[in-house]
Amino acid sequence: MKRSAAIIAALALGAALSAEPVTFEFWHAMAGTNGDVTQKICDDFNASQSDYKVVPVFKGSYADTMNAGIAAFRAGQAPAILQVYEVGTATMMAAKGAVKPVYQLMAENNAKFDPKIYIPAITGYYSTTEGKMVAMPFNSSTAVMYYNKEAFTKAGLDPNKPPVTWPELFADAKKIKEAGYPGGFTTSWISWIQLENFSAWHNVPFGTLSNGFGGPAARLTFNGPLQVQHFTNMYNLAKEGVFIYGGRENKADPVFTSGQVGIYFASIGGYGSIKSASKFDFGVARLPYYPEVKGAPQNSIIGGAALWVLTGKNAAVYKGVADFFTYLSRPEVQAYFHEKTGYLPITTAAYDLAKSQGFYKANPGPEVAILQLLNKTPTANSMGIRFGYMPQIREYEDQVWEDILAGKIAPKAGLDKMVELGNAKLAEFERLNK
Amino acid sequence: MAKQYEFPSKGLPYLLVLPQMIVVVLFFFWPSIQAVWQSFFLQDPFGGRVLFVGFENYANLFMDKSYAASFLTSTVFAVAVAMSALVIALFLAVQANRKIAGATFYKTMLIWPYAVATLIAGVLWLFMFNPNVGVIAWVLQRKLGVNWNYLLDSNQAFLLITLAASWKQVAYNFVFFLAGLQSVPATLLEAAAIDGAGPAKRFWTIVFPFLSPTTFYLLVMNLVYGFFETFPIVHQVTAGGPGKATEILVYKVWRDGVINLDLGGSSAQSVILMFLVIALTVFQFRFIERRVTY
Repeated sequence: MKRSAAIIAALALGAALSAEPVTFEFWHAMAGTNGDVTQKICDDFNASQSDYKVVPVFKGSYADTMNAGIAAFRAGQAPAILQVYEVGTATMMAAKGAVKPVYQLMAENNAKFDPKIYIPAITGYYSTTEGKMVAMPFNSSTAVMYYNKEAFTKAGLDPNKPPVTWPELFADAKKIKEAGYPGGFTTSWISWIQLENFSAWHNVPFGTLSNGFGGPAARLTFNGPLQVQHFTNMYNLAKEGVFIYGGRENKADPVFTSGQVGIYFASIGGYGSIKSASKFDFGVARLPYYPEVKGAPQNSIIGGAALWVLTGKNAAVYKGVADFFTYLSRPEVQAYFHEKTGYLPITTAAYDLAKSQGFYKANPGPEVAILQLLNKTPTANSMGIRFGYMPQIREYEDQVWEDILAGKIAPKAGLDKMVELGNAKLAEFERLNK
Repeated sequence: MAKQYEFPSKGLPYLLVLPQMIVVVLFFFWPSIQAVWQSFFLQDPFGGRVLFVGFENYANLFMDKSYAASFLTSTVFAVAVAMSALVIALFLAVQANRKIAGATFYKTMLIWPYAVATLIAGVLWLFMFNPNVGVIAWVLQRKLGVNWNYLLDSNQAFLLITLAASWKQVAYNFVFFLAGLQSVPATLLEAAAIDGAGPAKRFWTIVFPFLSPTTFYLLVMNLVYGFFETFPIVHQVTAGGPGKATEILVYKVWRDGVINLDLGGSSAQSVILMFLVIALTVFQFRFIERRVTY
């Protein structure tokens, strides 16, 4: 009798101690390895304390995840944290009643938060013009150049000296084709790499008002002389068969990994899959630039996704989210995420940690990407891109680029058309978000 | 005259159709009404800002030349898919219906593609025909000397999605045609043969009329498929490209709504599609069904 009373008392005490943690959801689009790593980080956070429990939920593609978040918000069932890809940034920023800015969340919860520990080219993308962080960068990547060392050797080029400027690259690409390869170079993401990153890397505007950071009155201006020159060059090389078109987004991956071309522009986020798919030794190098452009190279800009905090939750949940974000920013967590997924660390401390762990000795590629972001302090032209209807704008760019390559429209007229189509959508965006 | 049945109470029939009505209202009428409603607004996806714009979303579409082009592309595509899928399936069904060795094997093989999800079908065709890494593309380019590059050649892209979409539908049509053929009385065919009618004559005067209800049903289904269910193939294989050469209406609706988050514009397109379906159905039942003998 006494014993059972003791057991009951012990159980009651145990129940009181292990009071239900405050639970909140984190909707994301991380599949495969990235999904496993995300799960692991959340599990580790949950194990590191007992007050809060973050529940990661995989919602499909980036677009699916964003749509699920929107639908849930409209139904009053939103998750506390929603992962949104970089092209959704302007839409999220415009959704004022729906988003709780990260800087505000951290301040309200007295969380240890020093914006200076983050890599500016990464957090800048998700900050206001005053530098206040609105969303928490999660998985960030940037565009780099991959080159096939075997192809370089066969073409009589030095496999340890990748081209640094565009004219050098064009010359090398021609030699690779002459050496018997079907083509010289190709690119993924014509929009993100050859327009957005290209403009930032040369410190020329992609649009007005600091590439849209200044508000919805911004318009696209990427039909400047430099971009026209670049597109004309690529078009001419396409006619000669030196540039091979591999499709939209990252559909050109197999063109490089199957050895059809020697040089490829793609996200550093694809480093792991390119590594496992290619049977040759390859190198990663910085994006080339046009040497006559003053100040080039500047810094490249990021792609990927960030975590947005949605409104309508109680204070306890927000405290938990703030704790989770603090946890996420820890160097060891960031370094783990970086080394396992290939995405870039968001703090300089995490970069130093990965370096001291010897990560870049075996994987020099990701360091190239980080150094490219850290190359210079970001300017109004290289902080990022923030326009409404960004997925639509990129779609116009894809469509017209194909028409340019098919010879249906001249490069200059094509860029003008992209800008004109995009600006019509931006006028709509401005009208709604005045 | 057919005998009429009457329910003992007035309420019972309504009660019996109620579950069906709930489903129809909830999943068909309600979203349709929402689409009509949303097509008159400009709104931010989270619903924070809403701006009434009247018929502006429609006006934008009708002033956009590429939308008219998309209309034409969709129509040509749907008709091409329906026709080729029907003709090929009918031909195969007639052949498989004969007494040949291994008929069961052929039949099974021909039905198989229907079990493949449309999205996967798209991936298969993508891998075979990709100009840079596809196996068939390699044969076309290196062995046959065809300048195969559907990523930039609009006609090739159109041909490819038509083939991919038809391939999938042939299997479906085949099953129905085969079932239809098996219901043609053998005695009629034998009598005709004795009277001296050749195989072609027998087919057109006896078999084809017997198949007309099946053909009509399949025509309706195939056009609907061509217009509305082929979007995973387009999504996988061409993403509407090159340029806008294969941007069919239903793909554009999905793209503008789900990816581009242009809810007003996308809703206006859905409403237009809705009227298209209504018109298509009315046309088919009024004009084509009259020529069907049940």
